[in-house]
Amino acid sequence: MLTLFGYLFLPVFTFFKKFNQLIFNSLYMDQTLSPAKEQFEEKNEVMKVTIILSVLTIIELALGFLMFKSFPEAGFARNFIKGTIIILMLAKAYYIVAYFMHLGHELKNLIMTIVVPLALFVWFIIAFLYDGHSFNVNRNTYDRYKQQRGMPNQMDPNHVEPEKVKKPGTLE
Amino acid sequence: MMWYFLMSDAFTFGAFLISYGSIRFASNGWPDANVVFQSFPGLGNGLPLMFVSLMTFILIISSVTMVLAVKAGHERKKQDVVKYLVMTIVGGIAFLSCQAWEWTHLHHEGAWWGSNPFPNADGSLSTSSNFTNFFFTITGFHGFHVFSGVVINIIMLIMTLTNTFERKGHYLMIEKAGLYWHFVDLVWVFVFTCFYLL
Repeated sequence: MLTLFGYLFLPVFTFFKKFNQLIFNSLYMDQTLSPAKEQFEEKNEVMKVTIILSVLTIIELALGFLMFKSFPEAGFARNFIKGTIIILMLAKAYYIVAYFMHLGHELKNLIMTIVVPLALFVWFIIAFLYDGHSFNVNRNTYDRYKQQRGMPNQMDPNHVEPEKVKKPGTLE
Repeated sequence: MMWYFLMSDAFTFGAFLISYGSIRFASNGWPDANVVFQSFPGLGNGLPLMFVSLMTFILIISSVTMVLAVKAGHERKKQDVVKYLVMTIVGGIAFLSCQAWEWTHLHHEGAWWGSNPFPNADGSLSTSSNFTNFFFTITGFHGFHVFSGVVINIIMLIMTLTNTFERKGHYLMIEKAGLYWHFVDLVWVFVFTCFYLL
């Protein structure tokens, strides 16, 4: 499943890289910048990153709305939108770290001592989420009590089928 | 050194968010964020995501003003540093006020550590307070970081106004404070996505 998502988003990553080169290369074309021009370019870069961050946030919110309005049921579309939102989140994190925090300007060894330990998160996330999921499956299979608590309660006379429940936030 | 502190802090937040994720994967039902977070002060209910997007923009903009303050420090323009630092502090306080409003609102709805009034997304009754526990712990921890960031920025502002950096000959301290402030913004990107969008 994860690999499938990886292949789906490969074109997104490629596009992202191209887009970055397109936007920022013009800033670094001229290596002999005068100090005044350099200041101007720096300010320009800050503005560009601000706009990119805002646009990414707006796209994320739009996707969130779309998911809420059009895909209320769990399914492939919902998972796909969630995957897209995660990609956009990582893109935002990249812009903040690279352009606001200037990590790229540090010594390469320092960057490595920061980034390599953080790479452990890849394993952490996969391992813990997989573990949580398998724990859920195990308990649903073997623990009758948990199964009953998690499922809609059939014994409850006031119980309404999930489709008929009006969610408090739904607009008419 | 700031980078190593931030790395350890990233591990703390990462551990929180991963435990949130694994508990969520281990649960049969989970509340729908668009139903829980749907209020806007003065505009009432039925507006999912609106208030939190305002909060996100406040934090992004205050991060931008912090970049400009660091840059002004590079160029040793004291007036600009003061101006942008004040803007950053105002942004931080605005974010904290928004969060205070949201917490108060949720508390009035009956949500707190140990009590979860929200039904699951599939309509079934919620059987545990995992959702509210994680929400209040993680956003509270992040809010505490924002608060300490605001305090650090106020200290930087006082030091700038008393010419400490002018005497030292450089504004490197502001750069360190800026790193911390950007980190707070960075963490919010993750917290916001995990709680409000996914």
